[in-house]
Amino acid sequence: MAKRAAPEVNAGSMADIAFLLLIFFLVTTTIETDSGINRKLPPTDEVVDPPVIKQRNIFTVVVNKDNRLLVEEELMDISELREAAIAFLDNGGGQGEEACDYCKGKRDTSSSDNPEKAIISLKNDRETSYKVYIAVQNELVAAYNDLRDREFALLNPMAGMTYTEAQKRYSDPRSTATEKAKLKPLLDEVKSMYPQKLSEAEPSKTN
Amino acid sequence: MSKFKKKKGGELPAISTASLPDIVFMLLFFFMVATVMRDSTLMVQNSLPAADQIQKLDKKDRVMYIYAGKPSGRYSDKYGSQARIQLNDKFADVGDVAAFVLAERASKRQELQNVLTTALKVDGETNMGLITDIKQELRKVNALKINYTTRVGDYTQNIN
Repeated sequence: MAKRAAPEVNAGSMADIAFLLLIFFLVTTTIETDSGINRKLPPTDEVVDPPVIKQRNIFTVVVNKDNRLLVEEELMDISELREAAIAFLDNGGGQGEEACDYCKGKRDTSSSDNPEKAIISLKNDRETSYKVYIAVQNELVAAYNDLRDREFALLNPMAGMTYTEAQKRYSDPRSTATEKAKLKPLLDEVKSMYPQKLSEAEPSKTN
Repeated sequence: MSKFKKKKGGELPAISTASLPDIVFMLLFFFMVATVMRDSTLMVQNSLPAADQIQKLDKKDRVMYIYAGKPSGRYSDKYGSQARIQLNDKFADVGDVAAFVLAERASKRQELQNVLTTALKVDGETNMGLITDIKQELRKVNALKINYTTRVGDYTQNIN
């Protein structure tokens, strides 16, 4: 009475399973890309006569060598910076031609006329730490983004996304051309309502 | 005669290893695809600051990288503890930045030369003086699009 040998397992389909897994991973993994805060430097050519800007349209932020913040001549903690910047940008204190009909601020006559005129001036010391500088930049960009999000939601209630999400979709290389063409006018409109005017002064030398 | 015949089928048959190459190739492909190549070895400390209002960096071929920070580990004996700039695989001075940018720009395709972004990968502990100097150099050669590369996180991680 001969015992039957156990039949060999058919491994022919193993390759198929392997390829299935391979394709699954190929599709689901995204290669990690770097991200950060984009900035544009001013060109070097000297402006012959710089335009006169009213003091009330400038929001000065100074970071000293001990990484402390002086905002509009007052000491401030960084956690309050975003709100202060929003209050300044959204003030809309202008009269007549310079009035801002979409601003929701206090319309304080000692603060900015309208977002188009409002300039944030950032000045840092040579010994300011880069970390704090990035934190300040982050909060100032956040102030603009918060305002743009608000206006974007008001103008496009059907879009189903915020300004920042729309911007991300727009700059994503995987988005289709038609989607980009659709988003561009919407984004540009909001951008022109709150243009990002962030000026950086030459740093002060430490005494 | 058949008294000493070997008993047949007593042990299990060997498992087929025919699919092993497939599995190995699969892993190989997976890692080939998922790995990000770093084109230069880091010689400086590089713990990036955190930010959350960030935008993704452009495609890789449109970016040039400038690293800065304190020389790391084995380089600190030779180069000291002051923050330095690293371009490609070498330590550099502020004066070398302009030449580096021009060389990078010349190495790219014609249509990309105007859309290049400079990614500043700077250690959080660096003083702003160095970064300002780099920025002035970049302005001189008209490389105006910059990106402060950060990691994703709340800004409060940067304080203290």
